[in-house]
Amino acid sequence: MSFLPYAVAAWICVVGLYGIVASRNLVHLAVCLTVTQSSTYVLLLAIGYVRGGGPPIFKGVELGTTAVDPVVQALTLTDVVVSVTVVALIIALALDAHEESGTADPDQLAELSG
Amino acid sequence: MTRRTRVAVASIALAGFAALLVWAFAGLPDFGSYRGPYGFVLDRIATPDRHIDNVVNATTYDIRGFDTMGEEFILFGAVLGVVLLLREEKDEDVGDAVHSDLVRAGGPLSLAVAFLVGLWIVAFGFVTPGGGFQGGVALASAVVMLFVAAGYRAWSAVGEETVLDPVEGLGAGGFVVVGLAGLASGLSFLGNFWRPGVAGTLTSGGSAPLVNWAAGIEVCAATLVLFTEFLGAYGVSLRKAQS
Repeated sequence: MSFLPYAVAAWICVVGLYGIVASRNLVHLAVCLTVTQSSTYVLLLAIGYVRGGGPPIFKGVELGTTAVDPVVQALTLTDVVVSVTVVALIIALALDAHEESGTADPDQLAELSG
Repeated sequence: MTRRTRVAVASIALAGFAALLVWAFAGLPDFGSYRGPYGFVLDRIATPDRHIDNVVNATTYDIRGFDTMGEEFILFGAVLGVVLLLREEKDEDVGDAVHSDLVRAGGPLSLAVAFLVGLWIVAFGFVTPGGGFQGGVALASAVVMLFVAAGYRAWSAVGEETVLDPVEGLGAGGFVVVGLAGLASGLSFLGNFWRPGVAGTLTSGGSAPLVNWAAGIEVCAATLVLFTEFLGAYGVSLRKAQS
């Protein structure tokens, strides 16, 4: 089972990409993008896991106790918040596109712009 | 290209991509056998060296602080983009008068509790699980309770650019100011210049808690700006639908 977390990361990534390609709505597309992005969190945390390791927080825990990698957790936690604001930007763009052309379907948008 | 052919072509490409991913991941160390070294080094030195017992936060706000500043400005830039796209005239009533007595009575209570929890996650979360990023979002959710409990009019006293923009600037600017203060004390940018304190207490970690608070304020204000802008856009769309 040691490969399972990596397989999950790969699956989430590919499923998200498929959603982006097959999307009929820009908001749906933005959500699919976050799904793809989430695969990086699963991958990062999976790489940083140490078997039997505790959280890398040593309040009341003796220093030197086995703990997981804090670097990948720091990367993930900042990106979770940042990705939300980036998705907000994409949805704002989708709102704008909808206002301009009256549709949120990426295919019809492409037709409009020629 | 029609949608059907696009999906068909992409499916083939994605199958190939998936195979490559599996191949690449199969070459990684087994799950749970992390080889380091950086994680192990940090786990060992961060607490003695920086007096921060939450190594994730020691990484985020101190050792890797410069990188976090970059992320902060991605956040800042994205929010700025949303504001540029959506900010219009905004004195719209979104037709949301609060009718339920339960919501009116329970709202302020949950606002107070959520705000307290948010402050706690920013402050105490710095030494236990938590920190500025997580606490900032919790704080923002507390302020949004004002909209839920008291309606748009009460909310718009807070959810307004003249209130939120300076707070967001304070968060983003505070980050840079702490960084420059590190330079001014003869260290590197964002170098930890303050006395380290006792690990595990609220004043531990030197100047890193300041960075933590700057991130908390920035994230809180940014989330609220996003909420305000989308609520404003919703109000505009309501008015257009009515006319």
